[in-house]
Amino acid sequence: MKSRKSELLVGVFVALTIAAGLMLALNVANQSMSNSENTYILYAKFDNIGGLKVRSAVKVGGVTVGRVDNITLNNSDFTPLVTMSISSEFNQFPETSSVSILTSGLLGEQYIGFQPGFVIDGIENLAEGDYIEDTKSALVLEDLIGQFLFSSNDG
Amino acid sequence: MNWFTNLGASTINRLEMFGRATYMLFGAIIAKPQPLKMIPLVIKQIHIVGVQSLLIVVISGLFIGMVMALQGYTILVDYGAEGSLGPMVALSLLRELGPVVTALLFAGRAGSALTAEIGLMKATEQLSSLEMMAVDPLRRVIAPRLWAGIISMPMLALIFSAVGILGGHLVGVDWLGVDSGSYWSIMQSTVDWNKDVVNGIIKTIVFAFVITWIATFKGYDSIPTSEGISKATTETVVFSSLAVLGLDFILTALMFGIE
Repeated sequence: MKSRKSELLVGVFVALTIAAGLMLALNVANQSMSNSENTYILYAKFDNIGGLKVRSAVKVGGVTVGRVDNITLNNSDFTPLVTMSISSEFNQFPETSSVSILTSGLLGEQYIGFQPGFVIDGIENLAEGDYIEDTKSALVLEDLIGQFLFSSNDG
Repeated sequence: MNWFTNLGASTINRLEMFGRATYMLFGAIIAKPQPLKMIPLVIKQIHIVGVQSLLIVVISGLFIGMVMALQGYTILVDYGAEGSLGPMVALSLLRELGPVVTALLFAGRAGSALTAEIGLMKATEQLSSLEMMAVDPLRRVIAPRLWAGIISMPMLALIFSAVGILGGHLVGVDWLGVDSGSYWSIMQSTVDWNKDVVNGIIKTIVFAFVITWIATFKGYDSIPTSEGISKATTETVVFSSLAVLGLDFILTALMFGIE
C-alpha cells in the first residue's frame, strides 16, 4: 500500500512537470514561428541596416509573417545582405513588393516592414531565393540630425 | 619544507577522493545496468527526493516571481516600459533563477538528506551487510538515488519557472495593473524555446548530476561516526552550492555569452 501511494504521488509530480512544460512551450515561448520547415527564403540588399538583428520580425501591416535569418556583408559591393525566412502560408507577394527597416515605438526594436506591391498581369510572385529590389534603409538618428543642421545652416 | 609536504599530501588526498568518486559513479551507473530491477527503486527515490521537495520549490518559485515583478515594475514604470515586465520575469527565471535557485534548494533539501541517509547506512554497517549478501550496494543503494536526483531536479526547475511566471502575473497584472495581453504577448515574442527554455533545462541537468553525485559520494565516503556524518552533510551542502554557482557562470558564458 505504501508503494502504491508513492507511485501515485510520483505520477502527480510527472503530470505537474508536463503541465509546466506545456505552459512554457505554448504560453511563454513562441513555439509556432521557430520551426523552419514551412518557410521560404527571400533576400534584400540595404544601404544601412541600423540596429536590425537576426530573428527580428518581418511584418506586413503589423502582422508578423517571418523572421530575419541571417545578416551578412556582400563582399563585392559592400552592402549588407539580409536573408529573411517567410512562412509559406504567405506566398502570394508580387515581385513589385518593397521592404524597409522600421522601428517599433520611439526606442523599440527594429523590424522589417514588408510592403506588398501591386498585382498586375505579367508580374510574378516572389519565390524561394528571390531578391527584393526595392528597399529602404534604416533611419539613423545621427544622419538625420546632421542633415537637419546642414539644411538649417543653409537657410 | 613542511609546507610543501602538506601541499603534496592535500593534493594527493584530493586526487584520491576524486578517483574514488569517479569509481563510485562508474560502479553505480555504467557497470551492467538492470533497468527492470531498478525502476521501482528509482520511483521510490523520486518520491523521496522529488515529490517531497515540491512544496518548498513551488512556494519559493511563487514568491521569487512575485518579488521580481514588484521590483521590476517600480523601475520599468519610470520609463513607461512596464509591458516588458513579462519578458524580464520569464527570461530571468528560465535562464538563471529557475536552474540556480532550484539547485541550491535541492542541495539543501534533498542533497543533505541523501548524504545523511547513506552515511548512516554505512555507520550502521548496512552497506557491508548488503555486500555480505552478494548485493552490490553501489547498484542497490547509490544508483537509484543518483538517477532519481538527475530525473527529478530538472522537473522541479521547470515547475519552479512556471510557478514563478504565474507569480509574476499575479503581482504584475492582477495587483499592479500591467495589461495581461502585453504581459503574455511580449513574453512570447521575446522568449525562444531552444535558446532560453532548452538551455535552462540543460543547465539543470548538469546541476542535478553534480549535486547528486557529490551528495551520494559524500555519504558513501563518510567516516562512519556521528561526527563524520555531520561533516559529510555540511560538506555536501557547501560543495554542491559552490559547484552550482561556479558551473552556472561557465554554462552561462558558453550559452549566452557570445551573440
